[in-house]
Amino acid sequence: MMFELLGIPPQVLMGQLLLGLINGSFYAVLSLGLAVIFGLLNIINFAHGALYMMGAFVAWMLLNYFGIGYWWALILAPLMVGAFGIVLERTMLSRLYKLDHLYGLLLTFGLALIIQGLFRNYYGISGLPYQIPAALSGGTNLGFMFLPNYRAWVVVASAVVCFGAWFMIEKTRLGAYLRAATENPTLVGAFGINVPLLVMLTYGFGVALAGFAGVLAAPIYSVNPNMGADLIIVVFAVVVIGGMGSIMGAILTGYMLGLVEGLARVFYPEGSAVVIFVIMAIVLLIRPEGLCGRAA
Amino acid sequence: MRDAAPTLPLLRVEGLQGWYGESHVLHGIDFEVHEGEVVTLLGRNGAGKTSTILGIMGILPRRAGSVRFDGTETVDMQPRQIARLGIAICPEERGIFSSLSVEENLLLPPRIRDGGLSVDRIYDLFPNLKERRRSQGTKLSGGEQQMLAIARILRTGARLLLLDEPTEGLAPVIVQQIGRTIQQLKKEGFTIVLVEQNFRFAASVADRHYVVDQGRVIDMIPNADLDANIDKLHAYLGV
Repeated sequence: MMFELLGIPPQVLMGQLLLGLINGSFYAVLSLGLAVIFGLLNIINFAHGALYMMGAFVAWMLLNYFGIGYWWALILAPLMVGAFGIVLERTMLSRLYKLDHLYGLLLTFGLALIIQGLFRNYYGISGLPYQIPAALSGGTNLGFMFLPNYRAWVVVASAVVCFGAWFMIEKTRLGAYLRAATENPTLVGAFGINVPLLVMLTYGFGVALAGFAGVLAAPIYSVNPNMGADLIIVVFAVVVIGGMGSIMGAILTGYMLGLVEGLARVFYPEGSAVVIFVIMAIVLLIRPEGLCGRAA
Repeated sequence: MRDAAPTLPLLRVEGLQGWYGESHVLHGIDFEVHEGEVVTLLGRNGAGKTSTILGIMGILPRRAGSVRFDGTETVDMQPRQIARLGIAICPEERGIFSSLSVEENLLLPPRIRDGGLSVDRIYDLFPNLKERRRSQGTKLSGGEQQMLAIARILRTGARLLLLDEPTEGLAPVIVQQIGRTIQQLKKEGFTIVLVEQNFRFAASVADRHYVVDQGRVIDMIPNADLDANIDKLHAYLGV
């Protein structure tokens, strides 16, 4: 009723909210990884978008070169991207921990350009198709709207992964090590815990989340070397709004801003591309540590 | 009496030097601690007591000399390797983690060998911690945080405890409670190196006292001889 009063058919509103929820799912998974990495490594991982893109490409390669389908790719691609991240961490990032944030940002930004350049060189920029897995093709008519099954799956899968990551970090012994090492790595090391190993695994885990998001994205967006570069700028805005270093903050802000973007597309389409950056500017003015961040 | 014993000391520090960057803070620390002893490092502010503790633990950025624990030379080891030999630290700033609950703080240091206290036994010793085990670690009072910082290194099986000024800034009644705790730990067989500014407190718990000044150990006073040496000690500490 109300929707019609506003002159907006419910199908349009629900459709945009669903789209917003899906974008929000990607924001949540990606900003979660960034927040975990920043917390422990003190590195702003600009390569996150490139590693997300790699996840999508690895899924495409597994299918087209080895005939390995979506479901295996969903497990294998994050593992491979995570392993690649561990190599980057061991050979390069680990040399920067004692330096200013800026060096980590510059290094990962350079890595992102190199990774994207390599994929562009071999696969072009026109984008490669990736089929929706058979089990998730089609859709469900909810009465007020048509819900494509794959999109529903993206929302559920990312919510499960976010919850799993949150649970592991906030409720387990390993997560307690991670939180403690984020606060005071020297003391955690002096208790006999292998902090460099923890750091390596954390980076691997954070970028594996990016790889996972890339596989989820492959059937929705075309698999394209620039797919990460476009997304990562928005994700950084999400992280700034949520506040670095808060796990739940990163997740909730991701979903919330996806929905805000969706609403903007309904009510003020011209502003939908910038609404997140406007919110970021306002948050930086009023609460520079972010909505869920702790003051430094 | 202890010095005459033929047993090897559990900890023997010889000619320990230490640096923070360019700043040379330890100029040759020598002392030893036998199994089951409580030994204090006394000295003025900035004498090098905390640096000595950090040097034993391997946290000091650069070290030279010798720190032997139970016969093993540790001066080239990483802090986590030293911890695994059986040394545990309760740092001056206490190091309670604010993103961990009291219980998570308590359970954080991994068990490195058998022989540590059980969690139940620790909660017997520190009933406040049991009551507040779900609270955020840094929501505890200063005294409770100090108790927690001591409690969490008791269940790991570490034999040598390095306690850096556990009474600093605490009310007298809490100081007494920490004193009783240290005596209890001595009975349980722990070996303790205690950094103190407050020598009355030190005298109530320790077997021997080493006086640290300008990065060196300049004297050793057995607790029994403390009264006879009180003027000398006052001079050392500038009281």
